[in-house]
Amino acid sequence: MPIDILMPALSPTMTEGKLAKWVKKEGDTIKAGDVIAEIETDKATMEVEAVDEGTLAKILVPEGTENVAVNTAIALLAGEGESASDVSAAKAPAEAPKAEAAPAPKEEAKPAAAPAAPAVKAPVAPPPSDEDRFFKNTQTMTVREALRDAMAEEMRKDGSVFVMGEEVAEYQGAYKVTQGLLQEFGPDRVIDTPITEHGFAGLAVGAAFGGLRPVVEFMTFNFSMQAIDHIINSAAKTLYMSGGQMGCPIVFRGPNGAAARVAAQHSQEYSSWYAHIPGLKVVSPYSAADAKGLLKAAIRDPNPVVFLENEILYGQHFEVPTDPDFIIPIGRAKIERAGTDVTITAFSLQVGMALAAAEKLAEQGISAEVINLRSIRPLDVHTIVESVKKTNRLVSVEEGWPFAGIGAEMSAVMMEHAFDYLDAPVVRVHGKDVPMPYAANLEKLALPQVDDVVTAAKAVLYR
Amino acid sequence: MATTTRRRAKPAENAAPEPTQEELLHYYKEMLLIRRFEEKAGQLYGMGLIGGFCHLYIGQEAVVVGMQAAQLPGDSVITSYRDHGHMLACGMDAKGVMAELTGRAGGYSKGKGGSMHMFSREKNFYGGHGIVGAQTPIGTGLAFAHKYKKDGCIDVCYLGDGAVNQGQVYESFNMAALWKLPVIYVIENNKYAMGTSQQRASAGELYLRGSAYGIPGKQVNGMDVLEVKKAADEAVAYVRGGNGPMILEMKTYRYRGHSMSDPAKYRTKEEVNKMRSEYDCIDHLKSLLFTKGYADEESLKVIDRDVKAVVTEAADFATTSPEPDAAELWTDILVEA
Repeated sequence: MPIDILMPALSPTMTEGKLAKWVKKEGDTIKAGDVIAEIETDKATMEVEAVDEGTLAKILVPEGTENVAVNTAIALLAGEGESASDVSAAKAPAEAPKAEAAPAPKEEAKPAAAPAAPAVKAPVAPPPSDEDRFFKNTQTMTVREALRDAMAEEMRKDGSVFVMGEEVAEYQGAYKVTQGLLQEFGPDRVIDTPITEHGFAGLAVGAAFGGLRPVVEFMTFNFSMQAIDHIINSAAKTLYMSGGQMGCPIVFRGPNGAAARVAAQHSQEYSSWYAHIPGLKVVSPYSAADAKGLLKAAIRDPNPVVFLENEILYGQHFEVPTDPDFIIPIGRAKIERAGTDVTITAFSLQVGMALAAAEKLAEQGISAEVINLRSIRPLDVHTIVESVKKTNRLVSVEEGWPFAGIGAEMSAVMMEHAFDYLDAPVVRVHGKDVPMPYAANLEKLALPQVDDVVTAAKAVLYR
Repeated sequence: MATTTRRRAKPAENAAPEPTQEELLHYYKEMLLIRRFEEKAGQLYGMGLIGGFCHLYIGQEAVVVGMQAAQLPGDSVITSYRDHGHMLACGMDAKGVMAELTGRAGGYSKGKGGSMHMFSREKNFYGGHGIVGAQTPIGTGLAFAHKYKKDGCIDVCYLGDGAVNQGQVYESFNMAALWKLPVIYVIENNKYAMGTSQQRASAGELYLRGSAYGIPGKQVNGMDVLEVKKAADEAVAYVRGGNGPMILEMKTYRYRGHSMSDPAKYRTKEEVNKMRSEYDCIDHLKSLLFTKGYADEESLKVIDRDVKAVVTEAADFATTSPEPDAAELWTDILVEA
């Protein structure tokens, strides 16, 4: 059988081109790899190389022809044992059986109806939790201690869990979160890295692909921008790109957001950055109990989890269950204070702000319900919507910038799931849309304050 | 982290035994499979059956075939986006690779990864990475996992002459040397990072790029599978022996463009033709097989036919396997706990 030589596509976008020149002529012997013709595409003149061997039996499209469609037969190649004359006698030029046998998928593909995006479905109830029962027996501890205990307990349980980052071992943690881990687990599992965020984040992703469960500490999340390619392109996307083969069980943790007087480069809040990415989970605890229960869940999770802590919270005390089985499933918000007049959502340090605001509002006869989001992605839409169905008003509080921030997402959630229940537009309380200033007075102006939340709550109540 | 080596590689100082007829014929078949597979991929691309980016490995076959021959089961492999040859050398099924190129359900990533993003846990192939240089810390992390688990395995991490100018490569070299991780960095120097020649992009010699970290480096003729194998044996023994990383710079050449839409204005036709006609790895091995009397035209024709059958079968599978079900759009985003 003679072989059709087809007009090739020479770029991802080419549909037709000009057959500029025949380099081989009829009767020439052709080896695989020989240049047989030159073709002009929209971008460049390219050479066409032969894939099969044989004799160029017949040229079907003369040189100089413009607008030759991709996959048109441009010549016939006689194979071994066939003569050129056999081919031209036996075969009409118009036939192009190969081209018909293998049509391009984009031509044949019908616009298949993609399944509806989950986002437009009714909010599903969050994963069940029985965390309340654990609070019968508690002890007081700081967020810092709770984080450390979570890591230590998971490391005792699973030998594949290890901690790496800058100053996590001998220095005992830049913020003392990893205090004592080196002494208990040794240098093979508590690993001081050089200052090399891009490198150690990528290395940890490779270790996770290789079957380990890394906990990567960023001294602060500001430095995760050095490593963000590995968090997003390597950790978050590889499961999908591998058709489900390459899970990446890894935790990226560290303090996020403003601390105090460290100015613009050291004060950024990253929740909306990471929450934008399918393939990542994003968690941001408020209390020590949140910190312990959620970090344990994050370490056990088979997916990459971005765990956003807060330096100012590290030293704050909370009640934490003593039961070693205490864990908080990712994806569940917590109603920190029940109320009936307005819903206030917040996460991390801002939960404290919202609770303080609720106290002030109560003094003015306003009953605010404060929801601690805890998990940013997946977001517990169900709990938020159920609350708004009751209060009909929502104030979103966050430390980050407003544009495409968590408050913007909260507003979209209200449009999609609670539009008919709203008695007022959503109001966002957020960090000012400026790089963080150093001066104490300006920094205070840039960050959300309790009174901002109070004012916002009264605004949605038209009071 | 003490490393125990369960399986001993041949000591490097031993004179390498002469390759057997069987080994040489195996290398020939493997290199030919990659070449024919890539030619077919180029053809399917031309027919519009493969979309997007498609980086062919034609010309460089001796590198992966020689490296693979020195490895042991359990050793992991990772590379960048010019990855089809590496997958075939790892023993991945040509049908699954080709079907991924055509974006079909039968592909290694169910059609969701494409040419640059394929993986096989079974064959310890960890991608297929589209970001230049990103595979280097990940490969270093695979080596970290080997050492942590004390499984006696090593990682072979391929990178190109373009990737060697990425900062993360040196972050990786530093940690690998510091922690004596079992990784071989194979720099496939095909002389051009896309359209920029090594001379225009890289100061100094690439095999010396690890010298500040104390990582030994060696320049190897990557157009000769036996020289690659010999260097690979030494490097594998060194790295598996717990001595830390090593760099092999493979001097090689790609005959085709960087990707399919490369007009190749940055090098002369004469240069390409000279490499193809005088330095081709397959032609070179073919003459050796003839000289040694290990094969003749007839016996190689049998191999050619076998290889062609594998490639034809792969192309048939890749063009008849259905496109992924629309429901696959929403799968594999997160592992369900």
